[in-house]
Amino acid sequence: MNDLADYANQLLAGALVTIELALTSLLFGLLLGLTAAWAKLSPSPWLRHPVTLLSNVLRGIPEFLIILIFYFGLSNFLADHFDGAIEISPFFGGVFALSIIFAAYSSEVFRGAFLEVGRGQLEAGQAYGLNRVQLFCFIRLPLAWRTALPSLNNMWQSLLKDTSLISVVGLEDMLRKAQIGAQYTKQPFVFYAAVALVYLLLLAASNPLFGALEKSANKGFR
Amino acid sequence: MLYDYLGFVFEHGQALVDGLWITLKLLLLSSLGGFLLALPLAVARVSPNRTLAALARGYSALFRGTPLLVQIFILYYGFSQFEAVRASPAWFVLADAFNCALLALTLNIAAYMAEDLRAGIIGVPHGEKEAALAYGMGRFGSYVHIILPRAIGIAAPALGNEVVSQLKASALASVITVLEMTGVARRFSAQSYSTDPLIVAGLLYVAVTLLLSLLVRLAERRINCHQPR
Repeated sequence: MNDLADYANQLLAGALVTIELALTSLLFGLLLGLTAAWAKLSPSPWLRHPVTLLSNVLRGIPEFLIILIFYFGLSNFLADHFDGAIEISPFFGGVFALSIIFAAYSSEVFRGAFLEVGRGQLEAGQAYGLNRVQLFCFIRLPLAWRTALPSLNNMWQSLLKDTSLISVVGLEDMLRKAQIGAQYTKQPFVFYAAVALVYLLLLAASNPLFGALEKSANKGFR
Repeated sequence: MLYDYLGFVFEHGQALVDGLWITLKLLLLSSLGGFLLALPLAVARVSPNRTLAALARGYSALFRGTPLLVQIFILYYGFSQFEAVRASPAWFVLADAFNCALLALTLNIAAYMAEDLRAGIIGVPHGEKEAALAYGMGRFGSYVHIILPRAIGIAAPALGNEVVSQLKASALASVITVLEMTGVARRFSAQSYSTDPLIVAGLLYVAVTLLLSLLVRLAERRINCHQPR
C-alpha cells in the first residue's frame, strides 16, 4: 500500500486530466449535439438526411474504434497535408473524438426533446412578440433541456467512463498513470482497484449535481 | 478511396472474417452468460432479505459505475499480482486473454441486465403474482412459472438494447491482445500506417449492428406474441 501512496500525486494529476477531458468533451459535445439536432430538424433535406445518416452510422460503431479512427485519421491527415508541422496531442484528439461520440448520441435526445415542446408554448411566445432568436433561447431551449436532462445524465456517465479509452492512445490520464505505477511496483491490482474507486466516486458525485440541475429545470412544473 | 477499401477487403478478407467470428463469439457467449447471471441477481435485488438485496445492488453499482476497460485490466493484469490466484484453478480463465475478456464482458452485461430485469419484475401486474399464489405455488414456483417469464417479456426491449451495446463493448477486448474485429483492424492499421482498415471495420460493425437490431426486434416480438397489442 505504501507504493500506492508514493504514486498518489501522479494518480491525482491523472484524475485531473480525466476530469478536464470529460468536461471539455461535454462542452463541445453539447454544442455539437445541439447543432446536429437543429440540422436533423431542418426543413432542408440536404441538411437533414446527411446529418441523420452520419449520426446513425456513428452510433453503430464501437466508441473505441471511433476514437482510433478520429485520432489516427486526424494525425495522418495532418501529417500528409502539413508535413508534420502540426501535431495533435492525445488530449486534443481525445476531446475531438469524445465530443463527436457525445454529439452523435445527444443529438438524438435533443431532437426528441425539441419535438416534445408544445406548439401552444411557442405560439404563446410568438404572441408576446418574441423574435426567432428569443423564441429559441427563452422558450424552446429551456423546455427541451428539461426533457433531455435525464438522458444527458446517462450520457455524461458514459462519457466519463469512455475517457479511460483515451489512455490507449497515450493520454496520461488516471488509467495511464495507474498502468505506469502498476508496472513499476508490480502491484497491478492495487492500482487498478484504486482507479476504479475514483471513477466510482466521480460518478457518484455527479449524481447530486444532475439532481440539482433537474430541480432547477423543473421550476414551474408540478 | 473506395478502391482502397475494396482492395483491403479482398486482400485481408479472411483475417477480417476470423476477427468478426471472435467478435460474435464474445457477443453471444457473454450475452447468454450475462443473462443467466442476471436472473438470480434481479431476484436478489427485489428480495425482502436486506443483505441479499444490498449485495446485488452493490454488484450492479460496482460494474455500472466503473469503465469496462478498468474491469478488464483488473481481471487480466490485476489478479496476476496474487500468488494464490496464480496457483488456483481460476488462473485457467484469467491467464488467457480471450477467456478474460469474455469473463469481464459477461460480468459487466449481467449488471446492466439485472437492472432491466428488476424493472421487469416490478412491472409484473400484482394480480398475476396473486394468481400464482392462489394456485398454491410457493415463492420459487411463482418466480419460475409466472413472474420471471412475464418480467423477461416486459424487459425484452431493454435487454435487446444491452445486447446491441455489447457488440460495441466487445471492441475493448482488443486492448488485451484479443484479435477480434477491432484487434485485426488495429494490426493492419499499424502495419500500413493508414486509417482505412479501421474504417472498413467500422462499416462492418454498422452492418452487424443493423442486423442485430433486426434480430433483437424479432425476438422481442416472438417473446411477447401472446400479449394483446
